[in-house]
Amino acid sequence: MREKSDSIFYNVDWFTVGIYLVLIIMGWMNIYSAVYDDVKSNIFDLSRLESKQMIFIFVSMALAFSILVIDASFFTATAYILFSGIILLNIAVRFLGTDIRGSHSWFKFGSLSLQPAEFAKWATGLAIAKYLSGVGKQDWLTKLAVTLGFIALPVFVIVVLQNETGCALVFAAFIVVMYREGIIPGIILVFGILVAIAVVVGLKYPNHLAIFSLILLVIGGIRLLLVRRTTKQILFTFGIVAVFSSMYLVSGKVMEKLPEHQTGRIKSWLGLPVSRQMEDRFGYNTKQSMIAIGSGGWSGKGYLQGTQTKFRFVPEQETDFIFCTVGEEWGFVGTSVVIILYLVLIMRLIIMSERQRSDFTRIYGYGVAAVFFIHLVVNIGMTIGLLPVIGIPLPFFSYGGSSLISFTILLFIFVKLDSQRLLVLR
Amino acid sequence: MNPGARRYILIAFAGIVALLYILRLFYVQVVDDQYKLSAQNQAFLYVTDYPPRGNVFDRNGKLLVINQVAYDLMVVPRDMKGCDTVGLCKILNITRADFDAKLIKFSGSLKEASKDYRTYIFEGQMLPELNARIQERLYKFTGFYVQARTVRKYNYPVAAHLLGYVGEVSQGIVDTSSYYKSGDYIGKSGIEKSYEEALRGKKGVQIKMRDVHNNIKGSYKNGLYDTASVRGSDLVCTLDAELQLLGEKLMQNKKGGIAAIDPSTGEILALITSPTYDPNLFVGRDFSKNYTILHDDSIGIPLLNRASQSYYPPGSTFKLMDALIGQQEGVLTPTTLYPCHSGFTLNKGMPGCHAHGSPLNLDGAISQSCNSYFSWVFKTIMDNPKFHGNTQAAFENWRKYILSFGAGQKLGSDLPFEMKGNIPTVETYNGIFGKGWHTMNVISLGIGQAELGLTPLQMCNVVCSIANRGYFYTPHVIRKVGNGNPLEKWDLKHYTLVTNREYYESVISGMANVLITGTARASAVQGIDICGKTGTAQNPHGDNHSVFVCFAPRVNPKICVAVLVENAGQGAWWGAPIATLLVEQYLKGKITDPSRLIIEKRMEESDLIHMDPKIKKTNPAFWE
Ligand SMILES: [Zn+2]
Repeated sequence: MREKSDSIFYNVDWFTVGIYLVLIIMGWMNIYSAVYDDVKSNIFDLSRLESKQMIFIFVSMALAFSILVIDASFFTATAYILFSGIILLNIAVRFLGTDIRGSHSWFKFGSLSLQPAEFAKWATGLAIAKYLSGVGKQDWLTKLAVTLGFIALPVFVIVVLQNETGCALVFAAFIVVMYREGIIPGIILVFGILVAIAVVVGLKYPNHLAIFSLILLVIGGIRLLLVRRTTKQILFTFGIVAVFSSMYLVSGKVMEKLPEHQTGRIKSWLGLPVSRQMEDRFGYNTKQSMIAIGSGGWSGKGYLQGTQTKFRFVPEQETDFIFCTVGEEWGFVGTSVVIILYLVLIMRLIIMSERQRSDFTRIYGYGVAAVFFIHLVVNIGMTIGLLPVIGIPLPFFSYGGSSLISFTILLFIFVKLDSQRLLVLR
Repeated sequence: MNPGARRYILIAFAGIVALLYILRLFYVQVVDDQYKLSAQNQAFLYVTDYPPRGNVFDRNGKLLVINQVAYDLMVVPRDMKGCDTVGLCKILNITRADFDAKLIKFSGSLKEASKDYRTYIFEGQMLPELNARIQERLYKFTGFYVQARTVRKYNYPVAAHLLGYVGEVSQGIVDTSSYYKSGDYIGKSGIEKSYEEALRGKKGVQIKMRDVHNNIKGSYKNGLYDTASVRGSDLVCTLDAELQLLGEKLMQNKKGGIAAIDPSTGEILALITSPTYDPNLFVGRDFSKNYTILHDDSIGIPLLNRASQSYYPPGSTFKLMDALIGQQEGVLTPTTLYPCHSGFTLNKGMPGCHAHGSPLNLDGAISQSCNSYFSWVFKTIMDNPKFHGNTQAAFENWRKYILSFGAGQKLGSDLPFEMKGNIPTVETYNGIFGKGWHTMNVISLGIGQAELGLTPLQMCNVVCSIANRGYFYTPHVIRKVGNGNPLEKWDLKHYTLVTNREYYESVISGMANVLITGTARASAVQGIDICGKTGTAQNPHGDNHSVFVCFAPRVNPKICVAVLVENAGQGAWWGAPIATLLVEQYLKGKITDPSRLIIEKRMEESDLIHMDPKIKKTNPAFWE
């Protein structure tokens, strides 16, 4: 017994590790296919992407193993230190990093490059878990202010300043954590989603304010019929209508004020007129991505048989648009399997989080689940035209060492924490 | 809400989003086809492999129609950046505006063209010389390439109407056919059209893959879905190229049509129309120019095949059928005599006749072509007592006989153009004379005039029925397709309603005398017993048409000929010499007799269209 619990694999959740391995193997196969050409490829040729990715996989596994060796209390003890270190790296990269296509988020060491923003995901998760698990009985507003003001917002701003807006949006995932912890009421999330809808409708159909307001009034009227019509209720209902209508009204005006390289992707997504340059950059990507996925049909064209991806109709197909290769070569069967695998992983992470005695582990676990979820939704949504083009990777599938390694760290810290769930960690 | 319960909301939320995404993917990947089509358009290049069309041989194995290589100048508008447009326009001899107009026609606008990655035929069917000039500087013409195609070449510049031509398929056919694609070639007329399916073979297609830069990346699935092209079948046609050539030479500078048929098979040996044109005019990039010139010639109407698309009153050649019907109906025997006083006395001397001995028997009446005699014959047919004075019933009876010789109806040949001709009906005359019309109203039918109209092909078919003593085979030009057996449908005998062989012999005896003592004796050929009949067809369009029909030899006939030369006077003057020259050519292989060579030269060189009217009204046999 004693020997067993000393083993580094004691109480490891093999189900999660299994899904991780399956996703990594599928991911590598798809990268191999995405860069495959008829010239015999040699996986020992280290200049080739699939070979590099193979090395990243080995590095990731070594790191995962190392994390399992370290005692879980290391992460609780050093959460703030790790966070501060990563933040410093992210600030440094803004000034010392290499300029790649206008963003300052990469350190280059010879042929290796590192994107510290990726590492900020798990560091932020640790920091939030550390704070929320240790804060004790405080009112929710204080918790929210500290979490946002001292942890989430600084990270967000720093990453935005690196010109990595897409990457920065990922930190919105921690809203889910705060919702679970009771810090943010559900009604605020619902309100936020409705505001987003009002803005999108306002952009897409800018000249129908009357109809939009009328629909809101009808909904409000029905609501009033169902509740006790006090003055407060009536004022509240009309207030909401007024707020949404003004959101609708100002969305277009605000959009015009923003720089085009930010708004172009949204306009292009909504089918609004955009400049030729924006169309080439975003509209073309979405169109080609959907052609690749759509042409996969029920069961796909077969492994290595994709024409749209193989012949490079899809831009960035081995990184942000790797899901196109899945869709084209494996068809609907393949895409559903990938989505279901992710869904199972996310649900497993939630279940694991809920079985913790330690608040720290639970909070961190929700962070992990939420980060995976937002990547999945934004990345796949972009490739099938449901969301605008936002350049974030699909975990374990997209080519890239930084993202693969940091997703592995993100996940395995939790696996390690979970394996010691019988202890209460602080 | 207890924060712990929020896990269920979160799990449900994740599940719903995943489900929405899967539904969206189901729609995009399984339900909606537009992405599959777009992918095919972008990534696949369908390279068509055009097989050569089948060759066409004449009856003696001479190649009439073969293929030659022509070159289509292809363009992918999107790739044209940096093209030496000025240089290309110069070589093609077009203006910059023409050049742009073509691109606009392909892509809709010049702006669209700059994005259009489809392939178009910019200039079709360039012959080798033009191609060579393009090839020299092709490297400067970015976006253009040359694709070799096969086009037709006509070894003998003859039988243009019969052979037909090949051209780019019309949009209407592309829309309704699953085989033809825009830019394909198709037989447009003649046997190119009627035997299109055999001649064209089967296109092959190779599916190539191309990348985003339009570079070819090999075959799709290693050619699994590629199909090989199948060469078109060769056709053996029944024409005799030398005979056709001679006929066209004899008919030059005249208007009219000739049909020559082997009566023992129904094979068309020659089908001549004049004026005609060189079929090679319809090959190559000058096609439309040449076509327009021919199409717009409203005087010569060279695109009309007068041998099968125009019908004429047959004139006296029609008397042969009256002679046969009269005997079959029992109102005429070879010894029946009728008088002639330069006209048909029963009808105030109409129709008139020329000077000859009187009275005549059947033999003499045929050889002298007596109008009075055949008016009598027609009258006895119409007033046959078995119809008890019912002229209309007698007329219907007579008409049935005529139709049984193939006159007045489409013969069902494999020519894509065949006119019905015209044999009037009871209703026709009810309309003209009222219901109570009688024989004398229509007496000129007896001598092949009035409303009668036969195509030269039908006239020849009548002669075939006589030569065969009672039946004909459907005339045709193709005896077999590819390596197949001779087509069986041509083996069917069509019997006329005149069934007694002796009736034919008595008529044939008169026809033999036409060339011995009769109207066409000047056209007799040493060593060949030709049986013929002259005709001089009155018509509302000017001078009489010169008509002659004949077959030879008298026993086991090998060739029947019908010649019609428009507004050329008597049958003996032009029809008979031309017809007998053709018979001689076909049976002897060439014309050798010096006196016949003189006739041949005279026929060939005479320009009837521009001839002095005085000379035109004489018999060329007696010219100095
Ligand atoms: Zn007479």
